[in-house]
Amino acid sequence: MPINEDPSLPRVTKKDFMSDQTVRWCPGCGDYSILSQVQTVFAGLGIPREKFAVISGIGCSSRFPYYMNTYGFHTIHGRAPAIASGLKLANPELSVWVITGDGDSLSIGGNHLIHVLRRNVDLQILMFNNRIYGLTKGQYSPTSEQGKRTKSSPLGSIDHPFEPCRVALGSDATFVARTVDVFVKEQRAILKESHDHKGASFVEILQNCNIFNDGAYADFTGRADRKERCVFVEHGQPLLFGAEKNKGLALTKRLTLEVIDVTEDNLDQVLVHDETNRVLAGLLSSMRGPLPVALGVLYRVERPTYDGAALAQVAHAKETNTQDFAAALAGKKTWTVS
Amino acid sequence: MVTRLSCISTSRIGPLPCSDEDQRYVTILGQLTWAEVSIARPPGLCYSPGSTVPEDPMNRPTQTIDDVVIRFAGDSGDGMQLTGSQFTDTTALQGNDLATFPDFPAEIRAPAGTRAGVSGFQIHFSSSDIHTPGDAPGVLVAMNPAALMANVGDLKRNGLIIVNTDKFTKRDLEKADLEVSPLEDGTLDAFQVVPVQLSKLTKGSVKGLGLGSKESDRCKNFFALGMAYWLFSRDMSHTRSWIEGKFQSPYKEANLAALEAGWSYADTVEVFHSAYEVPPAKLPAGTYRNITGNEALALGFVAAGQLAGREVFQGAYPITPASDVLHHLSKYKHLGVFTFQAEDEIAAVCAAIGAAFGGAIAITSSSGPGIALKGEAIGLATITELPLVIIDIQRGGPSTGLPTKTEQSDLYIALFGRHGESPTPVLAAQTPGDCFYTAVEATRIALKYMMPVMVLTDGYLANGAAPWKLPRLSDLEPIVVEPHTEPEGFQPYMRDPETLARPWAIPGTPGLEHRIGGLEKHDGTGNVSYDPPNHEYMCRMRAEKVKRIQADVPDVVVDGDTDGLLVVSWGGTYGAVRSAVEQARKQGLRCGHVHLRWLNPFPANLEAVLQAADRILVCELNLGQLAYILRATYLVDAVSYAKVQGQPFKVSEVLARIQTLSA
Repeated sequence: MPINEDPSLPRVTKKDFMSDQTVRWCPGCGDYSILSQVQTVFAGLGIPREKFAVISGIGCSSRFPYYMNTYGFHTIHGRAPAIASGLKLANPELSVWVITGDGDSLSIGGNHLIHVLRRNVDLQILMFNNRIYGLTKGQYSPTSEQGKRTKSSPLGSIDHPFEPCRVALGSDATFVARTVDVFVKEQRAILKESHDHKGASFVEILQNCNIFNDGAYADFTGRADRKERCVFVEHGQPLLFGAEKNKGLALTKRLTLEVIDVTEDNLDQVLVHDETNRVLAGLLSSMRGPLPVALGVLYRVERPTYDGAALAQVAHAKETNTQDFAAALAGKKTWTVS
Repeated sequence: MVTRLSCISTSRIGPLPCSDEDQRYVTILGQLTWAEVSIARPPGLCYSPGSTVPEDPMNRPTQTIDDVVIRFAGDSGDGMQLTGSQFTDTTALQGNDLATFPDFPAEIRAPAGTRAGVSGFQIHFSSSDIHTPGDAPGVLVAMNPAALMANVGDLKRNGLIIVNTDKFTKRDLEKADLEVSPLEDGTLDAFQVVPVQLSKLTKGSVKGLGLGSKESDRCKNFFALGMAYWLFSRDMSHTRSWIEGKFQSPYKEANLAALEAGWSYADTVEVFHSAYEVPPAKLPAGTYRNITGNEALALGFVAAGQLAGREVFQGAYPITPASDVLHHLSKYKHLGVFTFQAEDEIAAVCAAIGAAFGGAIAITSSSGPGIALKGEAIGLATITELPLVIIDIQRGGPSTGLPTKTEQSDLYIALFGRHGESPTPVLAAQTPGDCFYTAVEATRIALKYMMPVMVLTDGYLANGAAPWKLPRLSDLEPIVVEPHTEPEGFQPYMRDPETLARPWAIPGTPGLEHRIGGLEKHDGTGNVSYDPPNHEYMCRMRAEKVKRIQADVPDVVVDGDTDGLLVVSWGGTYGAVRSAVEQARKQGLRCGHVHLRWLNPFPANLEAVLQAADRILVCELNLGQLAYILRATYLVDAVSYAKVQGQPFKVSEVLARIQTLSA
């Protein structure tokens, strides 16, 4: 069912989405920025406040609902997608947002993440990836790089990490995007896009934990490096980057990506982003140095949503099946004792 | 027990008058098993001279008996569950009281012909009120040597064995770990054996219908059913129409042919001394159907949705023996039920919790292993005080244990199986039909007190069937649900002074935006609170809420003597324990029976009832869990009678224990 976008309703502002609770993340945490962008975007969606529900699991990021003046549910570790699915199915008019982290969604809750994406329940899943367990004070996470020394891996982690967007693509997600906590403008745009998408939207937000994993993304998010080290993808546009837009991504004969110096003569060799191409999305989401990091909507396709199909099935059953409760109770055969 | 003579006709008449002499004769016989009756009376004598009994149109010698226990046994692939349930439905439609006990292995197709693969279905039917599927069958239908040997030990002395002799080759005997055929070595001397070439006869009956040899052989369960229908004068029309609706050609024609051939064979070959008639039971007036516990449970939740005027949301993951609850509920989308088959047990309960937050009647159903997985989430529902019904269809444990067998060993996990101080109301169903009322009651309590409620049934109730008098929706008390809508003064943890329930403030309601979660909450505001006294206050609050449910829990009533031996039971053992106490009292023993529906909180008068008893015997299918809890709660010297064999109590077992304690 469409979200109520009645223009006659009073316009809400970012402040309306700020709860009365003191925000208790560490000073300097990337979560502050994300909270601010989400509140700003919510205010601009034209949806009444009571129609939002923010559902989280466990971890630093999952304290998020307490700071949002909407309906909210801080649930248990890894299970937010399942709880959000039940909520959306029971109450389809809500705009349901899942807030999760790399440990919450890819470790303990991995099963729920892949299945909610496969089903395509109409939810927005914001996965804050700081590549560390923060709330438990610094153990390696399923996205931590191999060799990482943490409290639980003093000799270096021997775990091979997940690439979250590739997990989402492998789960047949219909919307896969990536952004960075401090890239305010781009992040807001992606949050809006994720809301507009009908189905499960997976948004990986690269987020800095300045206490336990400071500088995890410093090599490409610093002001000096951003333009040279990130490619902001846009559907239908060539995959160009660099301060002068003089670098581009091209496909090699081995079906891998390479960076080429772009001139007027070889512009046609630069790949054009096609967000409906899952192979390309896979290539883009895997890029790490020396290739630039891909940000933006990597993949987006339309597919019927689970909640839509559920509603339709129930509506169809109610329309076509005339059996009333008494008949259901009686079953196939009855007899009478007088 | 008075047995009356009658004769059957195809138009179904009730018991008919007969002479005094016959009446006396059969009164004596009524105390014997039916099989002994058939030996004691030569065929044909049931027609008493001068009686007004009309001729049996099929000219069959027929006797009337009161009570029959029959067991069908064969390979898992022989269709014994289907045969048993057809016999059950037909018998229910003929107005008998009945109880069934399907008993099958966990393997879908264990190696054919082995004892491991034996599947059985026992039905007890009667012209009077019965409570159990019967201790020992009087008739055994055995499809192969393994089925014969796995079941013959249970059979009554002089019982009747209908056995498929086509499955007694050397190879068949080897598969059943036999060197010599039990048909020939005297094993069956104490019984009446009716050898039937079931496979060959069935093949003959379906000849010309285009079935292969294997396919023809698979119709033999219907041949056996036809014979059983003849023997017990059952009307075959229900099964005929069931076959017609269930199978495509040529299997439809083949199964029908096998069924008819089985009847005709019994009729023509005179393998039985006579046929038997079991007159309808005198059940209270009303409309009846036959129902299993899982069907009744599912319909109970449909009813709860109707009574509350809200949608029902079920989160479930397939697990034996709870899957049928999902199967049944998934058929009722048109009645406002949505079933969500989740990716795992945890997702199933979590989706239900999300739905409860969203304003639906939320349930999750599983069995022991699944309940263990749901524990953390049930704790979340406890601290967030959301209405949720958790159903545990108990099976043998721990771990995978005995997945298809019954047990009552999840009482502890139901009561205590969560971390932290996490009290949960628990109630248990006592008969298949009672599962319906238990579902309604659990939903009512969950919504009234805003908390998760645990329902216990078991494999025995879940798969067992019994006649059930249909309730009318209008006869059931409506479930009053009043979600909060008033923003003025709203706090998420404000409380109803009577029930202590917090308001159900459903997302989407303007002005009630609030946050809940697993962190401890300050009472009233619902804000996260680490305040030490507040935590203790909230722990005591949640415990007090459970305690207050006692206002909705009826007092227990002792059936029998209150100051003698008090026999205590709970859940699915109701029928066996009740029957045992009834028999003990007939034998003059001073005893009474109290059956607990509510396990947490206990009924208010339970302590006084226990204190009044001379001795207490607690019968349960575990190692004494309720006994332990009663001892701890009330400081009473409760003696435990525990059985954990994956099998229900036999009446005789409980009776023997009562006799021992009464001596």
